[in-house]
Amino acid sequence: MTAEPDVTSRGQLVLRRFLRRRLAMLGFTIVLVLFAIAYLSPLFVAWQYDELDASAFLSPPTGEHWFGTTQNGFDMFALTMRGMQKSLVVGLVGAVLSTALAAIAGAFAGYFGRILNAAISAVMDLLLVLPGFLIVAILSPLFQGRTWLFFVLLLAAFQWMITARIVRGMTLSLKEREFVQAARFMGVPGWKIIFRHILPNMASLLIIDATVNVSSLILAEVGLSFFGFGIQPPDVSLGTLIGNYSNAALTFWWQFYLPAGFLVLLVLAVNLVGDGLRDAFDPNAPSRVT
Amino acid sequence: MISFLLRRLAYLALLVLVATSAAYFLAATQLNPRSRYEGRNPPPPAAVVDAALDALNLNDRTPVLERFARWSTGVFHGDLGRTVDNTSVNEEIDRRMWVSLRLMLLGAILGSALGVAGGAYAAVKQYQKFDHVLTVFSFVILSIPTVVLAVLYKNAGIGLNNLLGFTGETKLLYTTGEMTPGLDPWTGAGIMDRMAHLILPTLVLASISIAFYGRYQRNAMLDILGSDFLRTAQAKGLPRSRALIRHGLRTALIPMVTFFAYQFALLFVGATFTEKIFGWHGMGEYFVNSVTGQDVNSVAGVTLFVAILVLIAGFLADVAYAALDPRVRV
Amino acid sequence: MEAAPILQVRDLSVTLDSEAGPVLAVRSVSYSVRPGEVFGIVGESGSGKSVSSLAVMSLLPSHARIRGSVLFRGQELLGQSDRALSRIRGRRIAMVFQDPLSALTPVYSVGDQIAEAILVHESMSREAATERAVELLALVGIPSPRHRATAFPHEFSGGMRQRAMIAMAIANRPDLIIADEPTTALDVTIQAQILQVLRTAQEVTGAAIILITHDMGIIAGMADRVGVMYAGKLVETGSVDDVFYRARMPYTLGLLGSIPRLDRGTHQALTPIEGTPPSLVDLPPGCPFESRCPLRIPSCREVEPPLLEMAASGPGHLAACHRSAEVERRDLKSADVFPAPPPHASDRDGAPRAELDQVLEVQDLVKHFPLVKGAILRRRVGTVHAVDGISFDIRRGETLGLVGESGCGKTTAIMEILNLLAPTSGRIVVFGRDTANITHRERFETRRDLQVVFQDPMASLDPRLPVHDILAEPLEAHGVPAVEHSARVRELLRLVGLEPQHASRYPQALSGGQRQRVGIARALALEPRLLVLDEPVSSLDVSIRAGVINLLEQLKKELGLSYLFVAHDLSVVRHIADRVAVMYLGRFVEIGAVDDVFDRPAHPYTQALLSAIPLPDPVKERTRTRIVLEGDLPDPSDPPTGCRFRTRCQKFSGELADAARRRCIEEQPALAARTGGPDHLDACHYAVTASVL
Repeated sequence: MTAEPDVTSRGQLVLRRFLRRRLAMLGFTIVLVLFAIAYLSPLFVAWQYDELDASAFLSPPTGEHWFGTTQNGFDMFALTMRGMQKSLVVGLVGAVLSTALAAIAGAFAGYFGRILNAAISAVMDLLLVLPGFLIVAILSPLFQGRTWLFFVLLLAAFQWMITARIVRGMTLSLKEREFVQAARFMGVPGWKIIFRHILPNMASLLIIDATVNVSSLILAEVGLSFFGFGIQPPDVSLGTLIGNYSNAALTFWWQFYLPAGFLVLLVLAVNLVGDGLRDAFDPNAPSRVT
Repeated sequence: MISFLLRRLAYLALLVLVATSAAYFLAATQLNPRSRYEGRNPPPPAAVVDAALDALNLNDRTPVLERFARWSTGVFHGDLGRTVDNTSVNEEIDRRMWVSLRLMLLGAILGSALGVAGGAYAAVKQYQKFDHVLTVFSFVILSIPTVVLAVLYKNAGIGLNNLLGFTGETKLLYTTGEMTPGLDPWTGAGIMDRMAHLILPTLVLASISIAFYGRYQRNAMLDILGSDFLRTAQAKGLPRSRALIRHGLRTALIPMVTFFAYQFALLFVGATFTEKIFGWHGMGEYFVNSVTGQDVNSVAGVTLFVAILVLIAGFLADVAYAALDPRVRV
Repeated sequence: MEAAPILQVRDLSVTLDSEAGPVLAVRSVSYSVRPGEVFGIVGESGSGKSVSSLAVMSLLPSHARIRGSVLFRGQELLGQSDRALSRIRGRRIAMVFQDPLSALTPVYSVGDQIAEAILVHESMSREAATERAVELLALVGIPSPRHRATAFPHEFSGGMRQRAMIAMAIANRPDLIIADEPTTALDVTIQAQILQVLRTAQEVTGAAIILITHDMGIIAGMADRVGVMYAGKLVETGSVDDVFYRARMPYTLGLLGSIPRLDRGTHQALTPIEGTPPSLVDLPPGCPFESRCPLRIPSCREVEPPLLEMAASGPGHLAACHRSAEVERRDLKSADVFPAPPPHASDRDGAPRAELDQVLEVQDLVKHFPLVKGAILRRRVGTVHAVDGISFDIRRGETLGLVGESGCGKTTAIMEILNLLAPTSGRIVVFGRDTANITHRERFETRRDLQVVFQDPMASLDPRLPVHDILAEPLEAHGVPAVEHSARVRELLRLVGLEPQHASRYPQALSGGQRQRVGIARALALEPRLLVLDEPVSSLDVSIRAGVINLLEQLKKELGLSYLFVAHDLSVVRHIADRVAVMYLGRFVEIGAVDDVFDRPAHPYTQALLSAIPLPDPVKERTRTRIVLEGDLPDPSDPPTGCRFRTRCQKFSGELADAARRRCIEEQPALAARTGGPDHLDACHYAVTASVL
């Protein structure tokens, strides 16, 4: 179909399509709201996550303790908010790290090929063969008392390989595309071609991948923290809360169901955003979720 | 051809070797089996602890390379070493992998079959009721961490037991373990008991598989729906429904085989969260216990086992792909 | 009128949903097809020609809204149930699609798919159906059909797949075959084969054919009657002779005038149609061609002209133009309606070739690739002899056309040149520098003088960069100060006939022709001396093509450029090139001045190639003798001994005695002057010139 030349740029078009998808907008709004309350609510509520109320042990939700308290008298709402802060940070930082790693490793392996490709491939194969869960678990004592950043780095280190393979495949085909060849025949150096032509042309893949990684990393953190291999005390995350109180689900339900509910809401919202982005970038492709 | 295969095989063996060694070194330097003897009352004498640890090749006072040499010599003879409780890692794996398989097989079969069928049907009925239901189901299930899902199903099962009055020893649905101890597994009652233990974890695993496969199969099918060959099939005179099944679904299954292959090869590796929550003593539980129990040899053994299975899964995926898609056959 | 039409389409309209809104893809189209005739529908991309034929079969996606009436033997097809339609589809009306790779299901064997087409409509045993499938494959000219029936579509070549599609279409002896661009994806010699098969199929079944194409040449050779589509509407229809010789709609005139003619040479003036077709999303009232039409009058803006009978022509010649009566009265031709630049005078009459500087010299260039097989177990199984010893040179101000079909090695050859690296063997000398021993620095400097324009302007421009950045990229790479970029970009845009404001646009906001102009501007940014043009017009619509060809000719003259012009379209090469080299399976079979080679081709392959190209001239098409080559290109990893062309050579198989053939089998013919001037070389032991146009 020869349509009249479209003067809107691709970015505007994607934004417009995204805004048109109601569920994706809903997801985006939920993420923003959760972000806001996670970080702003401690400024307004009476109890902080590390304060204990000696007058209320195992209290069900009340006007003072909205989400009830633990057996030590910690405020569940403050803990949940604190946990959500950590989950959000782990998800976002980890996703950016793993996608960036995947983009760079995949693009360089694909563009330069030969030895670099063989080396990066070997590292990818090795990391795919190694059970990441086990390795992170073994190393978990190292996180104790240190920054959670190390934990996020480790999570990201086991998350990038599949995307890197996709990036490498796309690089191989983009490399044969005529605009890349044109740049090469002009004498533009390889690394510049990667950053100017190849990676920007995968922006949609990378943005979607980063979004999907946010939810996978949040879920991975929960899994690890459930067994005590993730975020270490005195830090709390939604994962440690769920791990600590899963046995209380039948008796002191608020300790388990409230943080778990927030977690599911957060991941669901992120997944909706990811799905909406995918549709917005590629309106012809069917929507997917991972 | 032969030399190519041999080279490939050598590379895979090297991968397994490096992965396992890396896991061994990490575990040997980070885990602390000695801590198991600390805090005992009365504290055992240091020489006794050393002797016990030496016997298990777990003594952190022996240089790590020396321990590795002893361990790897064993591995080359097929012996993965001893656990901290002085049992054989080989036997441990040999027992637990079948537990995991018994736990997961039914859920995997149910989940993939229902997921594929549901996904394909949802694609054909895009934006209609069934599609919406499946989409919402997939989205929600895939947003719930497995631990939370398992806890939810377990508590729902307990709730159902209470509701229907199964409060005594005999339950409608069991939430812990593989079977009630003491029952003969091959009698009718034994089989029923096993089933009652299996239902809840199977539901957990099947839900996740249905959500996953449903979503992917739907997309694979949607990709096919606009394809030229489906139009050709209709232009030949095939009614739409027949064209969809014979030409559409058959082709849309191809991208799914990688997932099938991995899922079925990794049945032996176990489902960590489900096993933990429902108290099955499979490989998944072994994973976690090996780390919490400071069990260096078990960690290395488990890594070796998983690495080999991952490679087998990759091989299976290739074979299955070639079986379904003539374009990649050689 | 003779027999009652078997298909009557009345006021067919199709609306498709799109991102931008509803697209009026087909607007009130009416035509009828009589038994046994070939009705051609011609139009450019987006004209609605394919959509209208899919609507006839009710094979459009479910969001398409179809109105009007389609009567097949008096029976209304629109609105029928899927069950009822499936009894007609494949049995009474069959279809041949454009891309036979994607149109065949990849996981079933070709024989099974043909057998299936029979089994849906006839009750017979599987074995009998398979047997019929083998017979059908034999009928459409597939060698060893019993064996090939068990092969999968991906194991077939493009031509064989299309043969299989045709076999499937005629399996149930339909009354009507709709062929939607059946040869667009194929090379010319294969195209000639497929058209032959279609003719055979028609003879065998007696079916009428609706032939949809963008190629006026194919229409001229195949169709009895033609409909020309533009912007979703039929704008002119009539017998082929009426439409080709007495076109009355300016669009048809423009289309005919913009095609470079193989039989006319460099002195033909090409008439480009300015502008682009309108968007079908919100079509303004009036004639859709108005904005591009030199004959427009104020009323064209307001009222869309209906199809009117042309009085002077035979019955059934209709044209949709307010001024068609005037066009008819004055008998206007393309050149009268569309302004064309004067045909460029040949620059060849200057100094003799030998005295001009060599800008590029290639000697015995060889490039071999490892042939790997297997998607899972990748392994090397042989060597592809992509380029196997070619030699040529290009002098200052000269254009060498490099022609050949896909797989002949022409793309490999230019990539070797552009890489500026030492080849597998042989020598590449660019502006006097041998690529085998130049430094990194010299290679970088040489890139200034050697630039490239690619085939697909969409693929050759980074969609993420605005035009300004695209044009500034070579400037930046070669250290032109940033302050000078804007001025140079403006200058370049003007040079290629674009406006300064185009600099801020993204490629996707430009039309195909504009994009290719940007591609040319980028190649010119560093003031090169030699341009490699890799199929620069083959992905453009016909009406746009002429403008770009004219631009290339003008630039060459103004800037004193040399061109290496790679193309499979010999008509374009004839129009633009001074010399031409014909390539087959990695070697040159003929090289010489363009008029020598085209008017007096000496090599049997060149003759076959020229003969395979359809001319947009019905009378010539009817009287031409055709050489149709047999089979497909041999496997380039295992080329035939001796002469590489002998396996398909019409001379080898038809004229030569066994003793003479031995020489072809044993001795590889060298490129030598055998038939005329010293500059006309061919590689055939038994070369005899012949005129095939």
